[in-house]
Amino acid sequence: MSFMSALVAGLLFGAGLLISGMADPANVLAFLDVGGDWNPALALTMGGAIAVLAPVAWWSRRRRDQASGAPVGVGRSRPIDRALVIGAVIFGVGWGLSGICPGPGLLLLTTLAPGAIAFIGSMIVGMVAATKLVSRVSAPDG
Amino acid sequence: MSLLQSLLGGTLIGAGAAVLLWRNHQVAGISGITASLLRGDSGESHWRLAFLAGLVAPAIVAGLEPSLMRGSLATYAVSGLLVGIGTRVGSGCTSGHGVCGISNLSPRSLVATLAFMATAMLTVALVRHGVSP
Repeated sequence: MSFMSALVAGLLFGAGLLISGMADPANVLAFLDVGGDWNPALALTMGGAIAVLAPVAWWSRRRRDQASGAPVGVGRSRPIDRALVIGAVIFGVGWGLSGICPGPGLLLLTTLAPGAIAFIGSMIVGMVAATKLVSRVSAPDG
Repeated sequence: MSLLQSLLGGTLIGAGAAVLLWRNHQVAGISGITASLLRGDSGESHWRLAFLAGLVAPAIVAGLEPSLMRGSLATYAVSGLLVGIGTRVGSGCTSGHGVCGISNLSPRSLVATLAFMATAMLTVALVRHGVSP
């Protein structure tokens, strides 16, 4: 049942963010502070996640290729374009200012701290605005 | 946070993304899932709500501390705005590009991840240590 598996997936993901220290902005900023008192621990988080997911992603690609049709929603060969890099750079500046990216932002929202509400509120504004802009600028693709 | 906790947390994140990919055929990109819900993508949104409900549940149970937010309101507002715009223009965030895309050997995601990691590190360097004149 897709509802239950998505719930379980979210629970695992959310517990992982919490345990790893990704939900503590100070910890994330320490990871990003390579020129200062660098704390590289979160590299293990990313590495651990990729180590678990990569074999499943490989298996999933293989299964999709064998079945042909029924797109898995990954592996689409879109080109590396300007929007990808510009967007990533804008995101990087935002992430570096606070140490918060979308997943941890949603976890921090549960504290109802004013800063978390401000972060998620303006993130939503940014997403809605950018979605409108992108759909106006770029030609519709698949 | 110990190194073991960071690694264990990472494997749980990977396991969650693996379950979503394997059972739901979906990419566990938090910014993409959030933006789809905001767009009101009809039909298939129940799995997105279920995923996000699961995502925040451990933080509620554990009682995540509001004191973790030590910055100014203005900083968080500007940061959130840039994160929202950037993840839409660049089609993904730390989870979608950094974990899922790289696991799927996507060149786009590798480029995006290198770009946002480098920019975030540069931003922290500028904010914390300034520019030497």
